[in-house]
Order: sequence, then C-alpha cells, then structure tokens
Amino acid sequence: MQKTVLTVDDSPSIRRMVALTLEEAGYTVIEAVDGQDGLKKALSQPVDAIITDQNMPNLDGLGFIRALRQNPAGKGVPIVVLSTDSEDVLKAQAREAGALGWMVKPFTQDKLLAVIRKVLG
Amino acid sequence: MTDDMSAIFREELRDLLESLERGLLDLKSRPTDTGLINQVFRDLHTVKGSGAMFGFTALAAFIHEFETVFDRVRAGVIPAGQEIVRLALAAKDEIPGLVDGDPDPDGRREAILGALRDIMAGQPVAEAGAEDLAGPPLARLRFRLTGAALAMGARPDILLEELRGLGAAHIVADVSAVPGLDRLDVDTCAIGWSMDLPAGVTFAQLEDVFLFVDADWQHDPVKAPTGADAPAPQDPTPAPPVAAMAPPPVETAPSVAAPPARDSRADAAGATIRVPAERLDGLMDSVGELVILEARLTELARESRDPALIATAEQITRLAAGLRDTTMTMRMVPMRSLVGRFRRLVLDLSDKLGKPVEFSVIGEDTELDKTVIEKLADPLVHILRNAIDHGMETAAERAASGKGGTGLIELSAAHAGAEVLIRVRDDGRGMDPARIRAKAMAQGLIAADTVLTDAQIFTLVFEPGFSTADRVTELSGRGVGMDVVRRTIESLRGSLEIESRLGEGTSVTLRLPLTLAIIEGLLIEVAGERYTLPMASVQEIVELPPEKTQPKRTGDFLDIRGRFVPFLRLRALFDCAGQPGPAQNVVIVMSGEHRVGLVVDRIVGTNQTVIKQMSKLHASVRAVSGATILGDGSVALILDVAHLVGMGRAQTEPQAAAREVAA
Repeated sequence: MQKTVLTVDDSPSIRRMVALTLEEAGYTVIEAVDGQDGLKKALSQPVDAIITDQNMPNLDGLGFIRALRQNPAGKGVPIVVLSTDSEDVLKAQAREAGALGWMVKPFTQDKLLAVIRKVLG
Repeated sequence: MTDDMSAIFREELRDLLESLERGLLDLKSRPTDTGLINQVFRDLHTVKGSGAMFGFTALAAFIHEFETVFDRVRAGVIPAGQEIVRLALAAKDEIPGLVDGDPDPDGRREAILGALRDIMAGQPVAEAGAEDLAGPPLARLRFRLTGAALAMGARPDILLEELRGLGAAHIVADVSAVPGLDRLDVDTCAIGWSMDLPAGVTFAQLEDVFLFVDADWQHDPVKAPTGADAPAPQDPTPAPPVAAMAPPPVETAPSVAAPPARDSRADAAGATIRVPAERLDGLMDSVGELVILEARLTELARESRDPALIATAEQITRLAAGLRDTTMTMRMVPMRSLVGRFRRLVLDLSDKLGKPVEFSVIGEDTELDKTVIEKLADPLVHILRNAIDHGMETAAERAASGKGGTGLIELSAAHAGAEVLIRVRDDGRGMDPARIRAKAMAQGLIAADTVLTDAQIFTLVFEPGFSTADRVTELSGRGVGMDVVRRTIESLRGSLEIESRLGEGTSVTLRLPLTLAIIEGLLIEVAGERYTLPMASVQEIVELPPEKTQPKRTGDFLDIRGRFVPFLRLRALFDCAGQPGPAQNVVIVMSGEHRVGLVVDRIVGTNQTVIKQMSKLHASVRAVSGATILGDGSVALILDVAHLVGMGRAQTEPQAAAREVAA
C-alpha cells in the first residue's frame, strides 16, 4: 500500500523538493506550512511518517512534535526533524520531544529517501 | 604386486572403510568425541599407508588431503562439523573407485578435495543446519529498545530486517521482561533480541542501523555463539549464514558427491547465492497474498469496465504469474539431496540382513518443493526398509526361485504433469494377497465376507496396526510405519499405490504435487457454492447427457470414447437442496490411473489457487483438501481429487469387477 508522508516546512521550495523526491519514489505526500497546520493535518488523516522543519512561525518543530505526541492519535508515527545545524543539543531536545530521527540541511534527495526508507522500512 | 596381495589389501580396505564410515556416522552425532576423531584419523592413515605400499598412488594422494584435514580436526584447530563429516563420507565413497582405477569424468573427486582444501584454508564452509561448532567465527549482538521507542515510531521489525541484511542469523527474542497484560505499556518495547552476526560486520555499520533509535546494544565481536540463548541445534529450519560469509568460489565445482557442499558455495561465476530458507518462505507468503489481491483487482477491473484499468490488471496478472513461477522454482530442490542417505541405508540393511541388494536410482535431478522433500525422507525410509526387510528374499531363496543372487531395488523419480511420481520397486518375493487378507481378518481390519480386489487388499497394509511380519525385527514389523507413511503422503496432498505380483516383486508409487503453495485451479459451482479443482488433475469437461440426469440404481457411468467412467453427483454428495439447472457439466478428473467424473452445475473459470490449510477441526472432512480465497474475498473449498476418485471407484468397484469377470 502506498505510504503517506507529511512534510511540515515554511519554505515552499523545501516542501516541493521533499514532495517531488518522495512522490517519485512512490509515496503520497501531504504538505503543511507550519507547526499549527501540521498538527491539524497530522490529526485529521492517517500519515505514516512526518518530516518537519524546526524553525517555523506560529508553532515550531519541537512544539509541533510535543503537541502531536500528547495526542493518542499522534503516537507511534515516526517523525524526522530537519535542522540547519547538527548540534547535539537540538538533537537531544528533538528526541526528548518525541522525534525518531533527524536530518541536517542541506541534504540530497538520496539522503532524504534513505532516511524515509529507514523509518518506514 | 601379485593378485593375491591386491586381494588382501582389498579385504583390509573393506574393513577399514566400514570402520571409517561407522566412525564418521557416529561423529555426526558426537562431533567432539576425541576418541572417535582419533579412530577416524587412524583408519584414514592406514588406508593411505597401505594404499601407497600396494602401489595405489592416486588413492594415497587423495587420502592425503583428506587426512590433513582430519589431522587438524584431531589437533582441535577445526571442529568436526557436519560439513566435514559429509565431505568425508563423500570422499570415503570415492575410495573403491580409486582402487579400481575408475575414471572420474565429472570431477567429483577434485570437487571434494577442493571443498576440503577450503576448510583447511580456514575458509568457513557455510553450513545448513550447522551445529554452530563448525560455523565460522561469529559475533554476538544483543539489543533492547529503551524509552518510549514505540511511541516515537521506532520499528523493531525494520531494525531486524536491516540486521538480517547484514547477515544476522539465529535471531532470538528475549521476552523475559514482558510484563503482564495489566501492566503492559504500548509505548515501550519490552522485548530484547540477540543474534549471531558475521564477524565482518563493523561497529559503524551497526551504528548506522541504530542511528535513529534509542537502544541498548552490545556487540561482542569475538564470542563464539554457543550461549544458552542460541537456538537448539535441532532447530528444523535454522537460517544458514548468508552470502556475506560464503566462501570464495572453488575452481572446479561440477557435480559434487555431497550436494549440500555444492549448494554451500557460490558457483564459479558467482551467479549463485545462498538465501536462508525462511526468506523463501516469506517470499512465497507474499506472493500468495499478491496472487489473491491480483484476483481481486482483476474482478474490480472487470466490474469497472474501464479499459485502462482492465489492461493494467491484465499486466499485473501476467507479472504475478511470472513472479509466482520464479518463486516456486526457487524453492525447488533436487531429489539428489535425499538419495545419499538412502544409499547408505540400503547398504546397511542389505549387509545386516544378509540380503545382497543392488540399489539403483533413476531421476535424481527431479526437483520438488523443499517442503515436500523434507517431509518425504521418513516415508521413503519406511518404504525402502520394508522393501528390503519384507520384500527381498535371501540369496538362497532367490537362487531357489531361479532369480539372480543379488536383488534389485530401484528408486525412480519423474515429473508427470504437475505431479511428481516417486516409485520404489523391488524384484523380491512380492505380496501375497491371501496372506494379507488373512492377517487383516485376524487383526479385525476387515470382515470375513468382505469382497476385495487384490489392489484393495494391498492398500490394507496402510491401515494402522497392520503388520504381516510373523516376527518383529528391529527394522520393521511392528505395524507402525506404513499407516504413518500414508498419513504423511496425504498431508502433502499426495497419494500412494501398491502394485505387486507374487514372486516377481512389489512397487510402491507415491504421487506428489509439485508445490504446496499455489496451484492452477478450475473453479466450479455446485448449488451456489464455488469449489476449486486442481487443474492438473482435470482431464476434460463434458456435458451431462440428458438421460443421465437421474441417478441409476446400477451406478452412474459415462461412456467416454468407448470407456466407462464412473461419475459422482456433487450435489448429492454435498447434500445440496434444490434442483440443478438443465445443463450440467461433468468434469473428468484423474488420480493415478483412475478417472472419475464430477457432476457440477456450472464451470466458473480458471483461477490461481493459493492453498490455505484447513484447521485441525476439519481434519475428518475427507473430500476437501484445503481452501482458497477468491477474488471477491469469498472462500472456496479445494476438492480432494484423490479421495473423490477413490469414492467413485469404491461405489462402482463391484460393478467394474463384475464386468471384468464377464469380459
């Protein structure tokens, strides 16, 4: 069955790049423009994985993950955080919030696919 | 060298080879017994020494290699693994040929030596069913997911899959920390895993596997996998180590006497890889599901009347069929893998009972599904034992009846349509119907006035508790065995037949389906219910003539091109209410040599039948051998043709017999 990935990012170009890459690999992609939007979309339909940016207006990545994990429907979905720096502090915070993995920007399409395959099998 | 001396050496050699074989066979079950290892070494050494003295230089050179390996086994450098024993037995079997100066056109000897050299070079020989003792150096990995891993979306199944990709084997789940249901937390993973990893797996590779998960993992790179958490060695389907650990190709790998040895290495071109059997099972399961979904898709496409969808569905049907065929071929194993042990069995029995027997095998390359092969070993052992113990006469008896002194036992295997025929034939004393009948009566299996044909009498030996042996030997005659044989063969959806002529011999024929997973089926309808018949057993379909629509008291027969074929009315058989339509069809099915017609309401079409086993509760339902799921999601029962044919014959046998007498 086709798997659905939600990409949460305020940058349209990043969203498009994620969407194009994953759609080409056979995934269905839903886009959300910030944490608030992401929360709404993640809870209104079943998604198999989420890729989220950290720095976003309204609700940032960590806030989005925490809010999602508090909802029973938001448990168990693998979440990968995109960040521009590979600081261990952020990684630790993301883990604390409930993210499964992380990816450092900039990333290649291959890297993105590898990460998604890693969390989705 | 005089002939006398040569004869002395040959005699000595026979004793030595016997002792060697005994030692090796014992070593199989007691690989660490140093006494045994020493004995095997001594025997080899003597063969080499005496051989060289009597001028058998080729023999001495051959044994030298063989002995070198055993020297290392003796020194404790190499464990006496199954592979070594297997190779050693194969090598041992070459010795008489070497002494007789027989050529070795297909390079068997060189292949055995090559494999032995590999072992010596410290090249791990991948072992199926390895006792681990002989396995290559392995690392041990344990891991446990910590924290709310499951809530965060960690998937242990994906991790295990990745680890399997690295060559993990003997994966064992540690469920000791799983709490009771009342305290079970769905966010955490209470199960830990341990496994063997090939020694080549690096820390970085493992770090990559555990990149995204909070896991406690311990990698012990040197420990031999002999811990208590390793699975029992008798594990029926241990995952053999994967290609990563396979030894490099040998220069010559033509037909090796010990086939598992050949399987255990990549071939010269590297075109063959080893795959754990469980992956093939998994693949077969997935293909089965795919075929079911494909049927559903085809049905939906047809309903939609959308040409593009229909075209796509048809393409998928073709692809699924190709995938199914490839997958099933991958599971095929040649009979050869079974035959080796039979040779030894026949030899041993013939020696033990003093009945000289020549064992000939035809069609060793005939391939069967691996599940069938695995289950076939025991029944064939029983049949061969019976053939020698009961079927064969002693040399004196044979001479008295004008036969040659040496008896013949022939095991043959051949494909026949979607079935495989395996026949064990002997030229022994044959079965005496009168004696079997008397025994069966004495044992209360039949009544005194039961009318039976010879063929029916022979099948009595498959009844539980039947034994004609006047005395119970250690080999056979306890009356267990043949009924077990029949049960096993039937559980494989196969059937058995015995033919025998008094004084001339007996032949037991097993008919087995090529595969147990997916078959081509003919979908039929009876009283609104659909059933599947294996297409391989369907011979033809005819219309039921109008004058035959009412059952005849004298039994129902159809005249098919001049031959009478009994037929069964499935509506009556299944106790269906209501009346059939005006045009009924008769499906002529065949099992063994016999045909029977099945009257059905309608032919629906063909389908890919993914066979699902019936539950134990349905074990007593004889006319049905399994079930399958149709495209619309409904279930269709698979009819057991062998059984239906049997019913048809039983119902009509008296008439048939009467006609035979009249004719």
